[in-house]
Amino acid sequence: MGLWDALRGQSRPRAANLDALFSLPSAALTLEVSLGLHPTGSGSVCFRAAEGYAAAATQQEAVALVGMDGGPSTESRVDEYGYTWLTVRAEPEDTAGLVTDLHAVNSALEAQGFGTGLLCSTVGFRDDNAVPAYLVYLYKQGTFYPFCPTGPTTRDTLRERQIRDAVGADLPFEEDTSRWMPIWGISEG
Amino acid sequence: MARTRFVPDAGLTVRMTTVMFLLGALFVGIVVALMFWLGGNNPGLAVLIGLVGIGVAFFQWWFSDKAAMRAMRAREVTPEEAPELHGMIDRLCAMADMPKPRVAISDTDLPNAFATGRSPQRSVVCVTTGILRTLNAEELEGVLAHELSHVAHRDVLVMTVAASTGILAGMVTRGAQFGGLGLGRSRNNDSSGAIGFVVVLVVSIVVYAISFVLLRLLSRYRELCADRSGAYLTQKPSALASALTKISGQMNAVPERDLRAAKSMNAFFITPAVRGLGMGTLTSTHPPLEQRLDQLAKIAASLGQSL
Repeated sequence: MGLWDALRGQSRPRAANLDALFSLPSAALTLEVSLGLHPTGSGSVCFRAAEGYAAAATQQEAVALVGMDGGPSTESRVDEYGYTWLTVRAEPEDTAGLVTDLHAVNSALEAQGFGTGLLCSTVGFRDDNAVPAYLVYLYKQGTFYPFCPTGPTTRDTLRERQIRDAVGADLPFEEDTSRWMPIWGISEG
Repeated sequence: MARTRFVPDAGLTVRMTTVMFLLGALFVGIVVALMFWLGGNNPGLAVLIGLVGIGVAFFQWWFSDKAAMRAMRAREVTPEEAPELHGMIDRLCAMADMPKPRVAISDTDLPNAFATGRSPQRSVVCVTTGILRTLNAEELEGVLAHELSHVAHRDVLVMTVAASTGILAGMVTRGAQFGGLGLGRSRNNDSSGAIGFVVVLVVSIVVYAISFVLLRLLSRYRELCADRSGAYLTQKPSALASALTKISGQMNAVPERDLRAAKSMNAFFITPAVRGLGMGTLTSTHPPLEQRLDQLAKIAASLGQSL
């Protein structure tokens, strides 16, 4: 933020960076080969739904867009922080399709001027023992980070770093680990 | 290009920049007046006094976080101690793409919150236990977004720079009262020296009064800006509106002793702790609730329309 913005005190809300999401499918392949993490086929978009009719209508539009022509099912819930999670459940092997669906949700929100409300997107993985791992995409930073919950409020930091080392080169990765925000309750979605 | 619902308030920007320009002009004015008083032989001294004034402001700004934390007896809390509070701030900072400030809690019944610190990297957001009891999660988030906007807009820096005019005028007033700190001693014998003292005293008092009013005006504009950015960040202007209404109502119900203890902190608070005095509209650090709610209602309307 520049001097003029600070003086004016009216910073423009940060726009979301959607493009980096498309580098996910190749990273999913790398994870499968190097760490034995299989995609679960489900992914979520987490955003702050604005109050008023326009936002509700936009959300319905987005759900309809994903489900068109026998597309995957979506479900939505509001978490305890007041953010809306729109979860898409696709075929496990079709990461590219899942990413396209997530992008459709983003574009629908952005087209109605709600792109500033996008917080993050998550894509789920499991290893052979069904232990979950997630790749989280931060829209405003345009970067990914791993999140491996092991309990209600505990995370496997070592495994997260392994994931970073495995796919850090394929994806724009969040260097600052203090921004690896925990998303407790992610598996409920 | 993505569409946005954000509408900047041009009128507010114009009013605010005018106030900042006037404060700057006053600062230059008082330094020039000092130059005349000290005579043509040492104009550098006037500049030096001006620099000392800025230095005092700089000192206040540099230690703003420590001073404010101590004044409010606030203590920093870890994510383990206050997981909900940290979770909210984590998410808001990720949405706004800004560094996460430190989080503190002050054990006070006064329902309030403030942000301070010399830069976004070194700032603290503090809430009182009173506000944690009073507000629900959504309202608290609205308040935190308001405080984070203060951090992002570098309001502590802007306000202390703006205050340097008043600091300088105050210094000169006091200096002139005590015989100009010996600065004009060589001219004390002739009558023009005595007149010079009076002129400087009057000028600095007038400058101090004007800068005081302008500073309060600027503070009110900065509050409106923070409300605005905060509402756009959470996309829920109604949550902030209900928080403000709740806190303002509570402000009159808290005991007087607490209010006085918190008086010096008013400029940093989300709502002022001191009730409207005689010159309320001229000297208050915060805009009236009515004006803040009007602005939030406009934002809510703009968010609700389909594009």
